Amino acid sequence: MPGLDQMLAVFLDTLRDVLPIGVVLTVFQFFILKRPIPNPHQVLLGFAYVVIGLTLFLLGLEQALFPVGRMMASQFTDPGFLGTQGPGGDQANHWMAYLWLYLFAFCIGFSTTIVEPALIAVAHKAHLLSGGTIGAWGLRIAVALGVALGITLGVYRIILGVPIHYFIIAGYVIVVVQTFFAPRAIVPLAYDSGGVTTSTVTVPLVAALGLGLAENIPGRTALIDGFGLIAFASLFPIISVMTYAQISEWRVRKRMNRLTKRSAGDNQENPEGEYK
Amino acid sequence: MQSLKSLFRPLLESARDLTPIVLVIAFFQFAVLQQPLPNLGGLLFGLLLVLMGLTFFVRGLDLGLFPIGEAMAHALARKGSLFWLLCFAFCLGFATTAAEPALIAIAEEAATVAATGGMIVDTLDARDGYALGLRLTVALAVGTAIVLGVLRILKGWPIHLMIAGGYLLVVLLTLVAPPEIIGLAYDSGGVTTSTITVPLVTALGVGLASSLKGRSPLLDGFGLIAFASLLPISFVLIYGMVI
Repeated sequence: MPGLDQMLAVFLDTLRDVLPIGVVLTVFQFFILKRPIPNPHQVLLGFAYVVIGLTLFLLGLEQALFPVGRMMASQFTDPGFLGTQGPGGDQANHWMAYLWLYLFAFCIGFSTTIVEPALIAVAHKAHLLSGGTIGAWGLRIAVALGVALGITLGVYRIILGVPIHYFIIAGYVIVVVQTFFAPRAIVPLAYDSGGVTTSTVTVPLVAALGLGLAENIPGRTALIDGFGLIAFASLFPIISVMTYAQISEWRVRKRMNRLTKRSAGDNQENPEGEYK
Repeated sequence: MQSLKSLFRPLLESARDLTPIVLVIAFFQFAVLQQPLPNLGGLLFGLLLVLMGLTFFVRGLDLGLFPIGEAMAHALARKGSLFWLLCFAFCLGFATTAAEPALIAIAEEAATVAATGGMIVDTLDARDGYALGLRLTVALAVGTAIVLGVLRILKGWPIHLMIAGGYLLVVLLTLVAPPEIIGLAYDSGGVTTSTITVPLVTALGVGLASSLKGRSPLLDGFGLIAFASLLPISFVLIYGMVI
């Protein structure tokens, strides 16, 4: 249980963190726009809630999310659970032994993303923007799959010990190449979806998982291998969203082609790319 | 009483966000690992704190920060003064990122790891300094990114060329940066843009794009967050080289 002095320290830190936002908004409101603040009482109450909420969240983080992430990491890499002989042996680094861990990483990534409120809002906008070719649910599943695959691959990388930038640079190349072929309207949205998906709760939990893994797997250090899971989780949705848009567009085009072929009756092939 | 009632909805939403995580962890803990949870009381109390914290935080953002921030973004976008608009864009990106909870959490964790790994001196002061330096670096990067993004909306520069250029910069910096910072730097891109930053920055982008002729709010309003998640990578790589 956190002591009262610890609570106070976190509270003061939080106050210091939120203060700049207040200063920026006040200065611009009074000196640049020269307008009074509407509903000053409500705004002040809101700021008080933000400080209280942030304090409680950061305290709970230390109590629950960080310890759980580390604990799961150490349990999944325990030689007794893996069924391998001693730590440090070649057997312990065999990637098949970590099958449950990959499944866990996949489930955490998928389940936290599918309920993410920011993503639900973005998916709805994308549905309108595409004129209905991109379904809101399809997009959410695409992003969630992207995050899940990303975290799983990130865990695989920690176990393997390969430098992270090989994976990330390969991912960048895929993103750039895909950008040329993806429907234009989806591109900014796809780029944004990478940043939107990693929520306040997921980030600490996933970071703790990565650090715990790097500490427990023989031959890895937290300093070099511990970070990077979130990078995978923000890169893969970009790829999966563009892939989803391409598949949707391709299916719509195929259906349109078939329809026109049937109704035209003259059996003439439609020129490629006429339907967008 | 009224204000307590208004907290009930965000409480339900926070609970809904946390449920899948709790379910997945519980399933793997009891069905796969078959281990009891140590210190269950402490964990549940911590979870309760997270739940309460998120509830107050989200409600507070809805009451105070979002209405005033969005109104201001719209007002400044329409005011037409480029200098003040860019000034506001930078300050908004900087201040919201400095207060981002996920970033605070990661920076502290990174400082602990750097201290135990021998990258910095293992004292409380050195750790706090490292964590604060990291957060300010990321905040500076996001501020700069929002300015760039706003300029892009104004000038109509193509987004994919800028993103590809950003990737190239990241790759080049990776080649010369110390290996200890690379993972953290890549992570910082995803961490920066969450609860506070995304809604305010999106409001600025959409407000700006809808007040300009020939710009579509949906096409041009998006994309600010993409810059805000790309530029911190380069800045943190540089931070790792300097320190």
